[in-house]
Amino acid sequence: MKKVIVIKNLCKSYGKVKAVNDISFDVMEGEIFAFIGPNGAGKSTTIRTLLGLIKADKGEVRVMGLPFKKSKTYLKDIGYLPSEAIFYNNMRVGEVITYSAKLRGVDCTDEARRLCEIFEVDTKKRVDQLSLGNRKKLGIICAMQHKPKLYIMDEPTSGLDPLMQKEFFKLIHSRQQEGATVFLSSHVLSEVQNNCDKAAIIKEGKIVAVDSIEQLAKRNSAKKVTLRGVTDLPYGIEYTPDSEGEDWISFFYNGEIKKLISQLGRMKITDLTITEPDLEEVFMHYYK
Amino acid sequence: MVVLRKELKKGARGFIVWTLAITFMLVVCIVIYPEMKGEIEGVQDIFSNMGAFSDAFGMNQLNFGTLIGYYGIECGNTLGMGGGFFAAIIGISILSKEEKNRTAEFLLTHPIRRSRVIVEKLFAVLIQVVIFNLFVTAMGYLTIKIIGESVPDKEFLLIHMGYFLLQLEIALICFGFSAFIKRGGVAIGVGFATFMYFANLLSNITEKTEFLKYITPFAYADPASIVSDRALDVFLVTLGMCYAVLAVLIGFLRYSEKDIAS
Repeated sequence: MKKVIVIKNLCKSYGKVKAVNDISFDVMEGEIFAFIGPNGAGKSTTIRTLLGLIKADKGEVRVMGLPFKKSKTYLKDIGYLPSEAIFYNNMRVGEVITYSAKLRGVDCTDEARRLCEIFEVDTKKRVDQLSLGNRKKLGIICAMQHKPKLYIMDEPTSGLDPLMQKEFFKLIHSRQQEGATVFLSSHVLSEVQNNCDKAAIIKEGKIVAVDSIEQLAKRNSAKKVTLRGVTDLPYGIEYTPDSEGEDWISFFYNGEIKKLISQLGRMKITDLTITEPDLEEVFMHYYK
Repeated sequence: MVVLRKELKKGARGFIVWTLAITFMLVVCIVIYPEMKGEIEGVQDIFSNMGAFSDAFGMNQLNFGTLIGYYGIECGNTLGMGGGFFAAIIGISILSKEEKNRTAEFLLTHPIRRSRVIVEKLFAVLIQVVIFNLFVTAMGYLTIKIIGESVPDKEFLLIHMGYFLLQLEIALICFGFSAFIKRGGVAIGVGFATFMYFANLLSNITEKTEFLKYITPFAYADPASIVSDRALDVFLVTLGMCYAVLAVLIGFLRYSEKDIAS
């Protein structure tokens, strides 16, 4: 598999603030790669560097084998969706879609029409009359209408209703089937877990983990234990408390399962669930 | 030429409003001339002997009693200030508005080189300045014919050529500024045009401030000098165009390399 995105020792500061500090990772062809981190962690700075909007202070960025300085060459094969989709206010939706296609020098009329139908977008509406969700849909159409090889999407589903989120990921998966690569940032860890192949976690400008979603979840080998009918934690075992309710309690357990069962047998529990921690829990583990 | 076409379309309303407003003021000035003519003749001596005030506005050189003298002073101020402001506003906002309105990210993540964006936006400014001047000149000339007056064609055209070059210089210098600004800048553009206007008034008053004529485009567009010399000051025009080209080049280099604000 080819490397579609290569980021090596990338550094970018704004004044004294290090937005991105020596980060490195690769995105392979055909992957849906998630870039996870809280606000201000450096996700958008990394994305903006990939797109040539800002210059790196140090390090190397290559997209489809081309260096940062050739960004205009590879931009024709990229569909970019910013986290806040902002367009020219005095234009209509249809005009923005056509303008985007013309800037790319391609005729995307048929695909644009198909995408407008999927996302239920009214092309006659003025951009300044659009809601946040509809602006996002317009951004998605502009990013997808030319069927690029690489999608770079900054929080693509924020503002979309659940039905549209489903349609969006259906489209993304079909484009992946056609050979496209997707690099997206997200705060919604369940959608990353359900739709992405690999993820990088960024914290305060540094990459803290890069792996497949499966491996990331396994990294935290502790099981999540939820007990119903009790509010006290068991004695005699080591655990990490998680959360509690009126008649339930949950914790993470990393020891022998036999010992756990033996201790639980002495408690008056009405129900027990033992699960693998989800990505959100792994994510929180890195952010503690 | 996608960006150029969009700029012209997007700026059409503002362009039409500015063009019609200045043309209207110019036409009104010309239309009232026959009525003013008799009265002006009586006060011509007063106008030309008001010391520094007359020097500043060139009224010591121009004859208010002739249409070209009246046109140079009255219409000249309208064209100079109005046209200067118009040029400054379109020049200063053409690049910076993309960052101000946060559309730069949309535009520059398409496969179009920044140099191409700069060139197409520059052409959009030039086209607007040229059409503005052609329209205003034609309407001025037509109005003079309609009221049955006449002006020496050469002086008339030289005055308009002077103002065209003035607007061109202001627009291009502001275009250069535009590459450095992230948020708006209309106040900077209008402030710059106003400063240049007053710099010319000051340069006309005393020898101590005469050096200002080398920095302000209003010096070579001054109708008093144009009418009395029957020519534009080639040195000042060349100097002004050099400033304009330099500003565009600096703006070009800056915009090609700058980090785009999110």
